[in-house]
Amino acid sequence: MNIHEYQAKELFKKYNVPTPRGHIAFTPDEAVKAAQELGGSIWVVKAQIHAGGRGLGGGVKLARSTAEVRELASEILGMTLVTHQTGPEGKLVQKVYIEEGADIKKEYYLGILLDRALEMPIMMASTEGGMSIEDVAHNTPEKIIKVAIDPITGFQGFHGRKLAFGLGLPKEDVNTFIKFASALYNVYMDYDAEMIEINPLIQTGDGRFLALDAKMGFDNNALYRQNSINELRDLSEEEPTEVEAGKFDLSYIKLDGNVGCMVNGAGLAMGTMDTINYEGGKPANFLDVGGSASAETVAKGFEIILKDPNVKAIFVNIFGGIVRCDRVANGIIEATKITNVNVPVIVRLDGTNAIEAAEILRNAGIKNIIAATDLADGAKKAVAAAKGE
Amino acid sequence: MSILVNKDTKVIVQGFTGKEGSFHAEQCMAYGTKIVGGVTPGKGGQEHLGKPVFNTVSDAVNATGATVSMIFVPPAFVSDAVMEAADAGITMAVIITEGAPVKDMMYAKAYATKKNMMTIGPNCPGIITADECKIGIMPGFIFKKGSIGLISKSGTLTYESANQVVKEGFGITTAVGIGGDPIIGLSYKQLLPMFEADPETKAIVMIGEIGGDLEIQAAAYIKEHITKPVVAFIAGQTAPEGKRMGHAGAIISGSAGTAQEKMAALTAAGVTVVVSPADIGKAVAEVMKNL
Repeated sequence: MNIHEYQAKELFKKYNVPTPRGHIAFTPDEAVKAAQELGGSIWVVKAQIHAGGRGLGGGVKLARSTAEVRELASEILGMTLVTHQTGPEGKLVQKVYIEEGADIKKEYYLGILLDRALEMPIMMASTEGGMSIEDVAHNTPEKIIKVAIDPITGFQGFHGRKLAFGLGLPKEDVNTFIKFASALYNVYMDYDAEMIEINPLIQTGDGRFLALDAKMGFDNNALYRQNSINELRDLSEEEPTEVEAGKFDLSYIKLDGNVGCMVNGAGLAMGTMDTINYEGGKPANFLDVGGSASAETVAKGFEIILKDPNVKAIFVNIFGGIVRCDRVANGIIEATKITNVNVPVIVRLDGTNAIEAAEILRNAGIKNIIAATDLADGAKKAVAAAKGE
Repeated sequence: MSILVNKDTKVIVQGFTGKEGSFHAEQCMAYGTKIVGGVTPGKGGQEHLGKPVFNTVSDAVNATGATVSMIFVPPAFVSDAVMEAADAGITMAVIITEGAPVKDMMYAKAYATKKNMMTIGPNCPGIITADECKIGIMPGFIFKKGSIGLISKSGTLTYESANQVVKEGFGITTAVGIGGDPIIGLSYKQLLPMFEADPETKAIVMIGEIGGDLEIQAAAYIKEHITKPVVAFIAGQTAPEGKRMGHAGAIISGSAGTAQEKMAALTAAGVTVVVSPADIGKAVAEVMKNL
């Protein structure tokens, strides 16, 4: 789960990770009020959406008067912001963050994420602030300094020194930086974060370090114990069909092809997409119906897949293990009664009681159900059906 | 021969009396697994499925001599259960539970390693040595005894590939579902040498997926140390960037962790990489023919 910049900065403040002062605004009036409360003579109006690249897309602008704050807020609120992370359809901006202008002397990058190979968090810093860290890692990897932090010892001074001296900070700034980094590590651990990215981290003319931007993602498996984070979830930032599927414990991701997929198990679901692609088609979605594949979940699965008007055929690929195929077959028949399935459905059931299942489907005599013998056969038939063959 | 577990392995179940624990413990026993008891705090002294229930893992180990624990406790209690098993002298914990927080696994795995306890999972189907011992939730009947070792991040793809291998006239020595979480226990790199050393295993199937770099590490290891043929499939060639594909660890971050880079690394290491998972069985038949 991800949160907005302004929400991440609220968490930072609680842990004494310094950020510029700012207020959230939903209307131009609120934006002006926010600017007046902040005072000063320069403000930044920042679109709040869950995607990077907001500045380049025209979602972050500088205002030099409250009149300009109003003008920019009116412009940005309600705009559809397109960045390299939103996809071509873009995202509707519903709120702006009004922040005091900062005196930027130098820009850095600072981030924390899990290193899966080391099995502990790593903190990364770079002098190349404001640039895509992916590009920096690719072009000038020597400009990224990394420290692995053993969660058992926690963040130590040496971690901070390694980063600070690695960045070439003068010795009078080292302790300020270490305090910043150490506090950030606590935010990461205490909230079960999956990643924190501050890009840029700035140093001001008077020597302070401030998080000018803030990006945070959380471990979904830990949300049950992070109530304060759950409250920050913004459903309007998520794909509506994916949210709907989630309510029924179905894991669904929309793709841009025309062969719908319903599969049990995440790995086989990905493998099914790959097989469709291999057979010359394009998958319309990823959908893991889980272990039970009951009539209700299958019906819901059909309903969700068919919300996508591109879908021309559905490939149901179930490998029955503990779940018996005859029960899944009955589920499919029931599901076609609950939901109007108006495209060909290619069904491949293998594993426990597969023979009985084939019998059940045959006897049901539903005309748009096409039986498949194995994975390749099913994918071929589904691709052909989607092409209208 | 086989790897890690066989007909003599003594297994206890943590979360023994719960719904999932009971159902699968019973299935494992029916398969022939030597389940010698279970642990449910507060139910010590009772009997369940004809086996003794203990309050603590230590009690269970002392009374039964169990060396392996199969863990079914809810996600919030997984790290506690894993550490308790390690503390009690269990040598391998098979963690079936799905949904354990990453931070918890970070601590639990570090502790397990310190106590020399191996872990498999979490969020995995478990481990099975064909016709001898099933510790997990896989449908046992698919795994006919034979000469192919199997390592997989995915449950249903494990069944799919085992089924294909069997249909081609081969069978399985041991199949290990290593799980698809960001932090897992035994992985390709630790399991490959075990299969290499197992005289019954003639070839190895490895199923990977997008996210992380375990398959890349495996490729480097195979190149240097594995002489037996390896067939691989990497799921998620068509997965979009930045989306979590069901498994917590199955996510392409930026340009890292793609199926394509893993397939290229494995191919370069001499592995037979199939593009479609429907071809796993055929590829195994092919490498076996050339032996």
